[in-house]
Amino acid sequence: MLLLLLTLLAIASVLFSLLSGSVTLSLHDLLNAPFAGEKSLQLQIIREIRLPRTVAAFLVGGLLSLSGVIMQILLRNPLADPFILGVSGGAAVGALTAIFLGSSVFWLYQSAFGGALLSILLVFTLANAGKRWSVTRLLLTGVVISAGWGALINLLLTTSSENTVQSMLFWLMGDLSQSRASWHSYALLLAGLGGGLALSRALNVLTQGDQNAQTLGVNVEALRITLYLAASVLTASAVVIAGSVGFVGLIVPHAIRMLGGRDHRYLIPGAILLGGSFLVFADSLARTVLAPQQLPVGVVTALIGVPSFILILRNSATQSP
Amino acid sequence: MTLLQTRNLDILVARRRLIHRLELKIEPGTSWALLGRNGTGKTSLLHTLAKLLPAAAGEIYLEGENLATLSGKPLARRIGLLFQQGLPAMPKTVFETAMLGRYPHHQSMWKDNREDIEVVENALREFDLMHLSARSTDTLSGGEAQRLALAQLMAQAPALYLLDEPSNHLDLAHQLKGLQRLKAKVTGHRSALVMASHDINLVSQMCDHVLLLMGGGKYLAGPVSEILQEDHLSEAFGCRIRRIESGKGEAVFFFHSA
Repeated sequence: MLLLLLTLLAIASVLFSLLSGSVTLSLHDLLNAPFAGEKSLQLQIIREIRLPRTVAAFLVGGLLSLSGVIMQILLRNPLADPFILGVSGGAAVGALTAIFLGSSVFWLYQSAFGGALLSILLVFTLANAGKRWSVTRLLLTGVVISAGWGALINLLLTTSSENTVQSMLFWLMGDLSQSRASWHSYALLLAGLGGGLALSRALNVLTQGDQNAQTLGVNVEALRITLYLAASVLTASAVVIAGSVGFVGLIVPHAIRMLGGRDHRYLIPGAILLGGSFLVFADSLARTVLAPQQLPVGVVTALIGVPSFILILRNSATQSP
Repeated sequence: MTLLQTRNLDILVARRRLIHRLELKIEPGTSWALLGRNGTGKTSLLHTLAKLLPAAAGEIYLEGENLATLSGKPLARRIGLLFQQGLPAMPKTVFETAMLGRYPHHQSMWKDNREDIEVVENALREFDLMHLSARSTDTLSGGEAQRLALAQLMAQAPALYLLDEPSNHLDLAHQLKGLQRLKAKVTGHRSALVMASHDINLVSQMCDHVLLLMGGGKYLAGPVSEILQEDHLSEAFGCRIRRIESGKGEAVFFFHSA
């Protein structure tokens, strides 16, 4: 039932996004667009501009929300978000370096993904060094590495010229205006959904704590390592498309839990649907509210996200989630 | 076939030898009490038997198979453990929590099997939780949460039940009724249980064997009537304990601080 409603919401968000923009289109135009001939303006606007951007927004929202769900179980911390272990910091340093050097968009993507991978490996090896794998070590290592990336980001910002700083800031705040989703990210989101569903029973058991999960037959260490790598790669691919879009990965999993989807069999598909729809709506607002000026979508998600999160917290204080 | 056997088992915690050369044979259908002062290694022994802690030396055999060769779901179908501190968890409903006990058994990915649902409902009924089935676990009282942990273990239905202070937070009625029902189920299915406890009276009613840890790796093991004697208990607990026969072969234990 919940999943059905979320699917409808997702369809509505996509339609809303396709119809809103500086050129107003009606539902009628949208339905006729495929038959309006190759050269029609409507078809071109939809196919060349709005559709790719909408799809990218949905993918990024889905990837980040799924990653948020995983991070929150992995770190057993409700405040965990996809960026907490430094993946976005690594990607940002990669991307900003590319902007600093004036590279093409292609190299910006490669550089951001390289930075994210470097960060994933760095945190993983340091957290594993010598000792047994533990959540606290992982969290501390991630937070420290994040702080390191933060310093590098500030260094790049303060040494760059003014107009490059502008595009750097857009990237840091999360921005979909240049975004095109590649087939890798579709594949990753689908793989994440499939893998997540396959593991959902084990994830339910894992929320009982490591020792209980172990005695119920879950190989906890292997599962945690899998979760870390999966969440990191999902985050990296989202960050490469749209920069560090905040708040989606933090609040969407909580919202689904509050709506009754605490079982991971529902939480995982639910978070992907809601996260995707949320970011599609946010991006539609980002490009229309102050049109023709475009806002970075990260600003909109945070502006909507902060009050929603406070509402959720207030609700969960009065009636337990 | 012997359900569980230890040979020469040594357990070290923080370089202290808690268990030394333990030779234990648990037969199907028996229930063992694990007694001893704080810090004598009751929990460590249970965790070692459940393969959560490595043994310092010696072997453990489960129905003739070395425990070292078992892991994952097959192991979880044969050994289950009730933790002393209950279930730490992100809140779920009571039913969902008990259903987690079915994880080691064959489960389909999306829907709960009818058989699993039946097993879980039976377990909830045994511990008087059926009416709380849809409640969120973070609204339960301490005793209800403990009963839920017991119900989850019963749903897991292992061959060997390891219980770390199962009477924690339970009121008298549930201590007697609930635990007796668990015991009846366990021994009736040719399973066995080992329960660590501080309640000698409860143990003397529920169990037929006792493993008494004396500290420093020393221990006594045997039938209840042999081990639960004044001299053994007084030595193990460092205070005078009197045993009074109440007739019908039952005994009551009193403590003296002097």
